[in-house]
Amino acid sequence: MAITFTVNGTSRTVDVPSDMPLLWVLRDVLELRGTKYGCGVGACGACTVHVNGRAVRACQTRASSLAGAQVKTIEGLSPDGSHPLQRAWVDVDVPQCGYCQAGQIMSAAALLAQKPAPTDADIDQAMNGNLCRCATYIRIRQAIHKAAALTATATAAPQAQDQE
Amino acid sequence: MAPHTLDRRSFLRVSSLAGGGLLLATYLDPLTGALTPALEAAGEFMPNAFIKVTADGLVTIVAKNPEVGQGIKTMLPMILADEFDVDWTAIRLEQADLNEAVYGRQNAGGSTATPTNWDPLRKAGAVARHLMVQAAAQTWNVAASECTTASGRVHHKASNRSLGYGELAARAATLPVPDPNTVALKDPKNYKIIGQPIKAVGVPDIVVGKPVFSIDFTLPGMLWAVFEKCPVHGGKVASANLDVVKAMPGVRHAFTVEPRGDLTALAGGVAIVADTWWQAKTARDTLVVTWNEGPTAAQSSAGFAARADEFFAKGPAFTLSRLGDSDAALAGATKTVEATYAYPFISHAPLEPQNCLASFRDGAVELWSPSQTPERGRQAVAQTLGIAPEKITTHLLRAGGGFGRRLTNDFAVEAAWISKVIGAPVKLQWTREDDMRHDFYRPGGFHRLKGGLDANGRIAAWSGHFVSYGEGERFIQSANMPGTEFPAGFVPTWHLGATTQPCGVPTGAMRAPRSNAVAFVYQSFLDELAHAAGKDPVQFRLDLLRVPRSLPAGVTNDGFDGPRMARVLETVAERAGWGTRTLPKGSALGVAFYYSHRGYFAHVAEVSVDADKAVRVHKVWVVGDIGRQVINPSNAENQAQGCVIDGLSQMMSQAITIEKGRTVQSNFSNYQLLRIRQAPPAVDVHFVLSDHSPTGLGEPALPPILPAVCNAIFTATGNRVRSLPLANHGYRWA
Repeated sequence: MAITFTVNGTSRTVDVPSDMPLLWVLRDVLELRGTKYGCGVGACGACTVHVNGRAVRACQTRASSLAGAQVKTIEGLSPDGSHPLQRAWVDVDVPQCGYCQAGQIMSAAALLAQKPAPTDADIDQAMNGNLCRCATYIRIRQAIHKAAALTATATAAPQAQDQE
Repeated sequence: MAPHTLDRRSFLRVSSLAGGGLLLATYLDPLTGALTPALEAAGEFMPNAFIKVTADGLVTIVAKNPEVGQGIKTMLPMILADEFDVDWTAIRLEQADLNEAVYGRQNAGGSTATPTNWDPLRKAGAVARHLMVQAAAQTWNVAASECTTASGRVHHKASNRSLGYGELAARAATLPVPDPNTVALKDPKNYKIIGQPIKAVGVPDIVVGKPVFSIDFTLPGMLWAVFEKCPVHGGKVASANLDVVKAMPGVRHAFTVEPRGDLTALAGGVAIVADTWWQAKTARDTLVVTWNEGPTAAQSSAGFAARADEFFAKGPAFTLSRLGDSDAALAGATKTVEATYAYPFISHAPLEPQNCLASFRDGAVELWSPSQTPERGRQAVAQTLGIAPEKITTHLLRAGGGFGRRLTNDFAVEAAWISKVIGAPVKLQWTREDDMRHDFYRPGGFHRLKGGLDANGRIAAWSGHFVSYGEGERFIQSANMPGTEFPAGFVPTWHLGATTQPCGVPTGAMRAPRSNAVAFVYQSFLDELAHAAGKDPVQFRLDLLRVPRSLPAGVTNDGFDGPRMARVLETVAERAGWGTRTLPKGSALGVAFYYSHRGYFAHVAEVSVDADKAVRVHKVWVVGDIGRQVINPSNAENQAQGCVIDGLSQMMSQAITIEKGRTVQSNFSNYQLLRIRQAPPAVDVHFVLSDHSPTGLGEPALPPILPAVCNAIFTATGNRVRSLPLANHGYRWA
C-alpha cells in the first residue's frame, strides 16, 4: 500500500506491505540506516524513533499506522550533530560498540523534551527500555545530565543560542 | 604505492608515494618488538602498520584491527601518532582491509592487541619521526641532534627554521631506514597522546546515525537472505515446503543447504533470498521444515546436571594438576568445607545480530564482514566453497559488539555459500532469534570443592573436581580449566581433577573465557574458607598471595604474580574503606580478585539485600594493574565499567537452557540483560602502575565482579549462592 508521512521534515511516500515495520521502511526503503535492528520485539530500544513527538520502537510500528505521521530519526535530530545530546555523547565519550546509541539518544531526546532537568531516577525510568550490551549506562546518565546543562545554559544565554 | 624492498634487516620499509609522499610499513616481531632473524628465515615477519604522509602534510594512520567496541581503532593509532609526534586532531584514520601479510595479525580477541602492538607501534612511530628529522637536517645541512619535532613539524631552533612533515616526506622516503631498536623512544613524560583520555573515533558519526556498522552496508543490486537452521544444533533438513516459500512476494530463491563439517562449519538449513529483507523474513514465516535432528536431540541442561552428580560421586576421571596428598591433608584437617557450584550456558548476544555481505563472482568472493577473526573467516569460507584463500577479499566493518561471538565466522560462511549458489551479491541478515538460538555459547560447568583448614586457619588442602564437556581428556571449545587455577601453587597440597561429558551444543570463547565462570566458583569458595577460618576475607587472601608460588613440573605457568595481585587487593580494600566502615543491616561489602589475560583485578562491591531478596549494588570499586601505562584512560574506565555491569548482568539473570537438544531462550524478553535502572550509581575505576609492559583491558575486569557481589550477599544475609544465575534462587534487582 502507498503511505505518505513526514520523515525528518520531508514528506515521503512509500509503497510497502501494510504490516512492514517502520524500522525496515526507514532502513531499506528510505535508506536511513541510523535506526538500528536489535530484537524485532520491542525489547531492546535500538530502533527508537519519534512519531508525532513520542519515542516509539520502530520495529513495533506498522507502516499502515503512519499515514500523515511526523517521524523523526537520529538523522533528523539536528541538522549538523549539534543537538545538546549529540554534543554531550561525544564529550562524555559514551559509546563502546555504539550500536544502541542512536536509540539511546532518541529516548533521551524525548525525555529532555518533557523534563529539561531530569534526575537520575527520571533517567533510569525513561531509558529503561534501551539496552546497552556494552553497559555504558553510567556514562549515559552523565551525558543526559550534561545535555540538560548545555540546554539550560543555551536558554539562559540567548547570545550563545544565536551562534548555533 | 607498492613499497619497494629495502634491506629486510631493517624490518621497516619506506617508500615514496606519488606526488612526493612517504609510506612506512613496519616489520617487527609482534609480541616483543624484538628483532628475531630466525623468524625472518621462516618468512614470518609480521608487518604491523602503515603511516602515510602526503606532500600536502596530511598524515594517515591505518587502523589495522577489527573494531567491535573495544576501542582499538582509537588506541593503536594513538601509539603511532605520539611517537611520530603529530597532533591527534590532525591525523586521518583509515580502516585496513584484511591482509595479514601486510598488517600482521588482525584479530579482536584475547585482550592481545595492547601487549602485542605496544612495542612495535612505538618503534614504528619513532622510526618515522627519525626519518623526518634526518630529512630536515639534510635539507638545512645541520646536525640531526640540533633538530626537534612537534605537531608534525621539524624545528631547528638555532636558525629559527621549521619544515612540515609533508614538505619533508619526499626526501624522507629516500633515506635508509634505521634499525628500530636503535631509535630513541619518547620519554613517557613527553607523551602528548598516550595517557590522555582520547575520545573514541567514530563517535561523531554514530551520534548522527551515519551507516558505519556492518548491518548498514549494502551494494547496488544485491539481494537479501535469511537462513533457517535446525533448532537442534548439528541437525539437517529432511524436507521443506519450498514451493510455498518460493511463491511469496519478492522471493527469488529458496533452497536447502546441507551441513558440511563440524558445528563451526556450514550448518544445515533453508536459505531464502528476496528483493528485500522484510520479504525474505515474511516468506520465512510460511516455511515448514521437517528436520533430521541428529544424535544430540535428547540432550538437556537437566540431563547434563544429573550426569555431573553421577561424576561427582565417582571422583575425577583425570588430573589437571596436583601437589602432595590432598586427601590425607583433608583427612587430617582441623576443619573441612565442602560445596558444589554450578553455572549455566550463556549467550554473547551482541546487539547487532550476525550479518555479512558476500559477493561470489567468477570463482572469487568479496566479503564485508563484522568478524573478530577475519583471517579465520577467510580460511573457513575458502574451505567451504572449495576455493583458494587468495580468491577471497575481506573488508572489515565495524561490529555492533563482539564479546567473542564473532570469533566464529559461521555467518560469513553462510553468506558466501548462499551467494555462490545464487550467483549474486547477497546480504545475509540473521534475526535476534537466530542469533540467540545459534550462538557458540559460554559453556556451563559444575565444580565439587573441598577445602581443609589447619589449626591456625590456613588452607592445608584444596580439592576441586570440575565436570565439564568434551570427550575423555579433551575439552570442547572454552570448556577447559587450567591446572594453575588459584590457590594452586599457594597451598601446601591440592588436587585439581576433571571429568567430561559429551555435548552437542556449540561453545566458544566469551569475554574472559573460562575466567568469567571459574572466578565465581573459586573466589566464592575461597570466601567460604575465610569465613570458616574466622578470618577477614581480604587478609585471608593477602596471606595466601604472599606465599611463594610453587607449581609442579608439567604445569604450564600462566605468569601469575602473587605479590602483584596483593598490591591490587590492598589498594581496592583501602579505596573501599574495607574494615573501616559500619554499614546498615542487610548491607555488606564483598571482595574478590582474578588474574586473566595478563591483567590483575580486584573488586569490592557494596551490596544491600532486602527481606524479599531484592539486591542493590550501591557501588563497586575496581582496581587493576595492567602495567606501567594506561594508554587511553577514557576507554580504560569505560571498558572496566562495562565489564563490571556485564558481569552483574550474567550473575543475576542470564542463562541459556537446553531442552531436547535445542536452545530454549530466543530474545531479550526471555533472556534478560541488565538495564539502566539496575546499573550501580557508581563504579570507581583505579589503576595501579607497575613496571611491566602494558596489557589489555577488554576482558580482565569482568571475572571478579560476580564473586565480589555473591560474597557481599553472604556477609549481608548469611546465604551463600553456589549456582548462577541468582534469579534461580529468588533474587532480583531492587
